[in-house]
Amino acid sequence: MMLQMQDLAGTALARPTAWPISRRIGLGLLTLLAAFAVLGPVLVTADPARQDLSASLAPIGGDFLLGADHYGRSLLARLAYGARLSFGMALLTMLSAAVPGLLLGVLAAWHGGVTERALVALSDIVLALPGLLLVLLLLAFAPGHFLPLYLGLSLSLWVEFFRVARTITARLLVEPRIEASRLLGFGTFYILRHQVLPEIAPLLLTLASFAMGTAILAISTLSAISVGLQPPTPELGSMIVELLPYYAEAPLAVLMPGILIFLLVLGLQLTARGGTVR
Amino acid sequence: MTRLLLGRLVQAALVALVVGGLCFALVRVLPGDVAFRIAADRYGPDALTAQAAEAVRQELGLDRPWPELLLRWFGELAQGHLGNSLVSGEPVSEELASQLGPSLWLAASALVLSLLIGLPLGLVSGLRAGSGLDRLSLIGAVALRALPPFVLGLVLMLVFSIRLEWLPPAGYGTWREMALPSLTLALGLAAVSSRVVRDAVAEVGATTYYRFARLKGLPERAVLVRHGLRNAAIPVVTYLGLQAVYLIEGVVVVESLFAYPGIGHALVHAVIARDVPMVQGAALVMGLMFVLLNLGVDLLCRLLDPRLGATR
Repeated sequence: MMLQMQDLAGTALARPTAWPISRRIGLGLLTLLAAFAVLGPVLVTADPARQDLSASLAPIGGDFLLGADHYGRSLLARLAYGARLSFGMALLTMLSAAVPGLLLGVLAAWHGGVTERALVALSDIVLALPGLLLVLLLLAFAPGHFLPLYLGLSLSLWVEFFRVARTITARLLVEPRIEASRLLGFGTFYILRHQVLPEIAPLLLTLASFAMGTAILAISTLSAISVGLQPPTPELGSMIVELLPYYAEAPLAVLMPGILIFLLVLGLQLTARGGTVR
Repeated sequence: MTRLLLGRLVQAALVALVVGGLCFALVRVLPGDVAFRIAADRYGPDALTAQAAEAVRQELGLDRPWPELLLRWFGELAQGHLGNSLVSGEPVSEELASQLGPSLWLAASALVLSLLIGLPLGLVSGLRAGSGLDRLSLIGAVALRALPPFVLGLVLMLVFSIRLEWLPPAGYGTWREMALPSLTLALGLAAVSSRVVRDAVAEVGATTYYRFARLKGLPERAVLVRHGLRNAAIPVVTYLGLQAVYLIEGVVVVESLFAYPGIGHALVHAVIARDVPMVQGAALVMGLMFVLLNLGVDLLCRLLDPRLGATR
């Protein structure tokens, strides 16, 4: 699901001096979840794929800390691996969207002319369809595979980085201070590093959190409607759907992956709220 | 005005280009020979021979270079020929026609329901910005936005169908089957729209013209209706354009979740079965629905704010 984004370019100049409380809560939450995602698979020795049918739907507490699923697989291990998968994939897609997006945005504004028009046309093509439809179309090439999912998400997420970078750079370039730097003979890279980048940097955290939140929602949603990553991969969305038939016996087992997705996205969204809270 | 229409027309063309292009690539990448499939279709699987397939290949020019085939593919698309579903064998256009109704009903009812929830809530929160109700609706909105629609749908299903047994968890026919899918979408939409309404109302409430209207002694109600609502409506309607993305994506997800016989459900199934003509048709219709929604928002913005027409 695409998260809805406020007009970031417009709020760029109103730079918050201190991080608002929502961002601090968000980052705190994310730190805890990242620790779970990174340390969990290391500390939990149980194999997330190991079945033990005699322990099917084992309750919380007993042999398994967070119980077991219908095949008797450790839920703690599956949740930890699922969190790592969601977090890792979101980070990867975000980076592969952010780096080209930012570079092309600056390039478009700097060069103008044909370069800019071609890049804007490219972003218009991507934006013509809702992001999830684009990912679905790519998934038709290889349902259940990682590559089309990753490509589709990066392809639809780079546009936001591109647009923000382009708008900010274009606005800066007409300012007298950049013109002065150019007249003084400073090189392109010097100006980009010292005068353009600092203007974009404060927005990066917001943009990156939104992109990661979108990616996490999309990854879990697509698995849940069985076109994304497939079982037995410990993926949070498919865990929910897999466990749903056993809701009457083990309601918490169904809810836990859902709560984990919720906390991940909540942490990212709170982090994304830069200056304004709404 | 013409520029606005032209812009959306270009978007519609881009939708067809992306969907058609990807589906063409899909046909070429998937294993299996198209000529063999068409020959089997025509002469029956028993009469299928290499010669028959070769004849089909010659006749239809399937051995031509791919740019030519791509042009022909788009030519077919431009004439509205969507082909037959590979799964059911029925023409794609007929299948889509029967699925369009349910999808439109779902989208429309979700939109209306989200406005019924979001508008009053946003209005009251905006008029009393900072109050307990305002805070509460903020917390609710933040929480709802962090829930993926499929989880929200499952929670509603568990509560209303399984625990309370009030509403059926799947199907189509009466409003009872429609209630849960459209409530799922509406809650997600209202989480955003109520906050946008709240901000717009709070902003208008702080303007000098609004304060002057109160100062000159107009009753509170008249100030709100004559000076408040229309001005507050502009950002709200603009935001509906962004919500179109959520709505279209949500329709796909929620239909699959509730086994609702719409185009989104068909699209997901076609992707799993790799039924290319059906994928193309369903994605095209969903994409065009998205363009139409955007156009509707554009037109509504113009209606509310004539200044937009003057400057363009």
